[in-house]
This record gives sequence, C-alpha cells and structure tokens, in this order.
Amino acid sequence: MDFFMQLLVGGLSTGFVYGLSAMGFVMIFKSSSVLNFAHGELIAIGAYFFLIFVTWAKLPLVLAFLFTLFACFLLGILIERIFLRPLIGENLIFVIMLTVGLAAMFRGLILLFWGGNLYTYPDFLPKALGVDRGIVHIPPVYMATLIIGIFFLIVFGIFFKFFSQGIYMRSVADNQRAALSLGVNVRRVFALSWAIAALVAGMSGVVLGVINGINVHNLSAIGLKVFPVVILGGLDSIIGAIIGGLIIGVLETFTGGYLSTSLRDVVPYIILVIILLVKPYGLFGLTEIERV
Amino acid sequence: MKKFQLHPCGNFYEDYEKMLTVFSTDFGRVWAAIGLVILFLVPLMPVSPYLIYVMNITGVAVIAAVGLNILTGFAGQLSLGHGAFFGLGAYAGAILGTTLHVPMLLSILGAGLITAGIGMIFGAPSGRLKGLYLTIATLAGQIIIEYVLIHWESLTKGTMGLTLPVPVFFGFRFQGDIPFYYLIFAFTALMIWIAINLIRTRFGRAWIAIRDNDRAAEGMGIPIFTYKVFAFAISSFYAGFAGALWAYYMGSITTEPFNIMLSVEYLAMVIIGGLGSISGSVFGAVFITMLNELLRLITDFLMNSAIGSHLGLTIAPLREFFFGAAIVLFILFEPRGLAEEWRIIRSSFRLWPFSY
Repeated sequence: MDFFMQLLVGGLSTGFVYGLSAMGFVMIFKSSSVLNFAHGELIAIGAYFFLIFVTWAKLPLVLAFLFTLFACFLLGILIERIFLRPLIGENLIFVIMLTVGLAAMFRGLILLFWGGNLYTYPDFLPKALGVDRGIVHIPPVYMATLIIGIFFLIVFGIFFKFFSQGIYMRSVADNQRAALSLGVNVRRVFALSWAIAALVAGMSGVVLGVINGINVHNLSAIGLKVFPVVILGGLDSIIGAIIGGLIIGVLETFTGGYLSTSLRDVVPYIILVIILLVKPYGLFGLTEIERV
Repeated sequence: MKKFQLHPCGNFYEDYEKMLTVFSTDFGRVWAAIGLVILFLVPLMPVSPYLIYVMNITGVAVIAAVGLNILTGFAGQLSLGHGAFFGLGAYAGAILGTTLHVPMLLSILGAGLITAGIGMIFGAPSGRLKGLYLTIATLAGQIIIEYVLIHWESLTKGTMGLTLPVPVFFGFRFQGDIPFYYLIFAFTALMIWIAINLIRTRFGRAWIAIRDNDRAAEGMGIPIFTYKVFAFAISSFYAGFAGALWAYYMGSITTEPFNIMLSVEYLAMVIIGGLGSISGSVFGAVFITMLNELLRLITDFLMNSAIGSHLGLTIAPLREFFFGAAIVLFILFEPRGLAEEWRIIRSSFRLWPFSY
C-alpha cells in the first residue's frame, strides 16, 4: 500500500507538471487550431532564459522569473510577427509544418549555444513549501507547481469566458474567415495567443528545469509528451489538459513501478492511439459532428 | 514516322486524355531518355566512389520521399512517422534476410508489404477524424515503432544492430557501391514510374479530391476511409521498400538513425520539393541529401583542420537548424517548392521572347 501511495503521489505530481506544460499548447490550439510542434522547444527556451538571468546575470529570483516571462512573451510576439503572420488565411497544414520547421531551428540554436549538457539552477525554493506527512512526501517544487497551475487555470478560465479578447480568440479558432469579416483583429489575436502560450511554456520550462535539470533533449521530449495529454483531455479544453496530464502522469509512474521502467516512456503514446480510435475528442474536448 | 511534337505556346487540350499524358511533347520524352542514359553511364566514368555513394543514398531518399508525397502531397495527410516506417522496413528486410534466409529482392518486397500492413494500423484513426489527428497518430507511431525496434531484443538485437548477409546471384557477390548503384537506380526509376501512373488512375484522382475538399469528395461517392488508408498503405510501402534497400546497401543497421529527426527530414524533402508533385520529391530528396552531405563535409573539414576543430564541433548542431530553416523559408516564400521554380524556369524558356 505504501508503494502504491508513493507511486500515486509521484504520478500526480509529474502529471500536474505535464498538465501545466500542455496548457500553453491548448492555448494556441484554442485560438488558431494550430498544433504547435515547437512547444517543447518553447519550454526549453524558457528554461534557458531563466538560466541566463539567474546564473549569468545574477538577478534576484523574483526579478529573474519576471524577466523570463517577459522575454518569452516577446518571443511569442516575434514568432507570430515573423513566421505566422504571412500565413494568415493559408491552409492549416502549412502552419503545422512551419511549427515543425521552427522546432528544428530552435533545437539547433539551443544546441549551438548551450550544447547537450545538463545544467541545474541553484536551489532556491523554501523548504517549508513541501508537504511531508508520513508516506506522503511532496517536494517543494511540486507544491509551487500546484499553486502556479491552479492560478493560471483560474486566470485562463476567466479570460476565455468573460474577456473580449478571450472570446475573440475562440471565434478565430472556430472560423478564421468569419471572424475576420466580423471585424475581429485576427493578427492581434494570434500575436496575443502565441505570446501567452510562449509565456506559459516558458514558465513550465522553469518548473521542469527545477525538477529535472535543464537539457534540451529532455525538455523538447516533453513537447512531444504534450500530445497524449491533450488528446486524452480534449484538444481545446484547458481543464482537460490538467486532468489529462494527471492521468498520463499516474499511468506512467504505475507502469514504471509495476511493469517495467523502459515501458514507461511509450505508454502515453499507446494510450494516445487507443484514445484516437475510441474517443477521438478526448474527455473534455468539443465534439465536432462532421462525418466524412 | 510520327511527327515530332513541340510545346505550343498556350493550353490547347482538346480532350481529357491529353491532359493526362505524362509527356505532353516528344521533347520531354527525349530529354527523360537522355537523362536516364547519362545516369546509367555514370559509374563507367572515372568518378570517385564517394559520388556513387551519395547518388545511392539519394536514390533511396527519392523512393521514400515519393512515398511521403503520395500521402502528404496528394492525399493531404501529414505524416510525422515516415522515418520510423523507413526503419521498420530496414529491420523487416534485415530480419527476413538473416533469420529466414529470404533472397534479397524478395525480402525487400516483403519488407515493403509488412510496412504497408503496419502503416494501415496507424492510418486507421484517419477514418474517424480529419487531418490534424492523423498527424498525431503518426507521431505516436514514430515513437512506438522506435521503442519496439530498440526493445524487442530477441528479434532486432536491440541497440546492437543487425548485420545483413551479402546476397549472392549465380556466384556473384552482390556488394559495393557500383552493383548497388544499378539496383537502386533501377528501383528508383521503377518506383517513380509506378507513382506517376498511380496518380493518373482513379486512385490518384480520388486522393486529390479528398485533399481538396473531403466533403465534396464524399458527396461524389468516393469512399474516403478506404482511399485514405490505401494512401497510407502505399506511402508506408514506399518507405519500407526504401528502408530495406538501404539496409542491404549499408550491410548493417542499428536503431539509431530512425528517429523523429529522420521523419522531419523526409517532410522537409517533400515540402522543399513541392507538395503534390512527383518530380518535386525527386528535387527535394536531392536537395536535402546534398545539404546533408555538404554540412557534413564542412564539419569534417573544420574538425580536421588545426584551427577549426573547436569550431567544427560547435557548428555540428547547425545541421538541424538548417533543415528547420529550409522548411520555414520554403513555406514562407515558395510553398509550392522547387517543382514550381522548375516549372517557372521551363515556361520562361518556352515562352521566350514573349513571356506572356
């Protein structure tokens, strides 16, 4: 039973991190129906920005974190301005392939500047944040993740429901041309959604960097793990991303604990294929009834 | 003797048959024949074995890229698992050749068929869903296949890799660059010929209809699921065939090269060459293989020279960057790829001096 509880808590913790990483991905899909294959690289870039600000610029932590978020926000706007704006109104398949290209570009650049080495941040989280009751042991970083994740969940929920920009985003995702003709500023919507997505990705990059250390290969692999998470939760549901993340995380640790460690990394994708065959719109996704 | 035909300045098709011809004039037919003869004679000329090697791997890449173009360019389904299917074909061919002692040509064909069968499994989600979801399913396919190749050790020997037997035909040991040059050359020509003709049949027209508007295609009575899965099977067949050919050429294989980067590389070939154009995938495969070799040569050169060895190590990751940049630049500035450039060059010659 102890082992079970350990695995469950461990799985829920990693799962929440997955969910947090998936949030930025869902953000982009929700506003532009684009599958962002460069998400893992955005996560990695966030982690490296924080590394620069903390270890090389030696800024205080809060300031470094804010700077990282700001830099990611700017990067998102830049990506939209340079690469995606020319493609407004083009076939979606081109935009998706563009993100595949961007992913390769970013990975190459990160490898060029930092190489494949593992970096770590200095330990900065207060110990008091952690939970340590009997067998349930949660390190401080996961508690921090939980707080950040719930905060963003509430903010995004309110944003998409009540703010005009959030509603514009949903309208653009639903039908770009109709939104354009009704006077929605599609450019601004795209810029904003990419900026916010890059910000969230950067933030989850910092969290992941604290947990596992910073290595471009590991971080961009998380970008691929986002896919099972969002397919399980439903591609356009932010709460689905979190819940999908939790389920995938728990399944991963259970497979690792009870079956075999090497199977651990491939289980999410097996689930992904099964979900696609059985319930393609996921648990919370919007079902589009369109028979082709 | 038939009258030798040249291009007219405009479009004077009188019936559908004329639009479907592969060579609209004898001029193109003659040039294609001349090109084939020159390619046939290349190994007889005093060229370095390195050039033959590059041409061989280009030929294999052409087969795989043509396969991906059938799926992505004609049927409109984006695949991110082509590299894994290539690897699957390589392993299927190697296992057929080593454990079951199947002759080379049969095992290459068998590898293609096995890959096609497994490709259909991963293509099945496309029956319920449109475009985006198939991309995700193929991504899952890439990761699952890679995992199986590494971990099914009793069959694939895991990370140790497999060594293929040297095929023997009538006492002749089939080995080295030049015999394989002719084999790959013949197969590449054959596969291109099959692809071009497949596009002209009802299958090709159905794929193009599905790509352009799937609801309209369904309305016209095209069974979409069947045709999508069929496109997937054909594309996987090409990948598996090319993979097995590559495995026999290389002589030994490991799981290492068949990662997601290879899938991106094939996607880059198809996009750079031009989606929906068979000649485009040939251009794309040549372009990417050349880029690959060029970057490798530069890195090697810098590593061997005294001053640049550090620089050579640093710019090694730039290979990935250049692939990405090539994809991005082509999508932004020439989404129809090199095939479109080639068409523009050709028609500007044809229409000269009155270019309108």
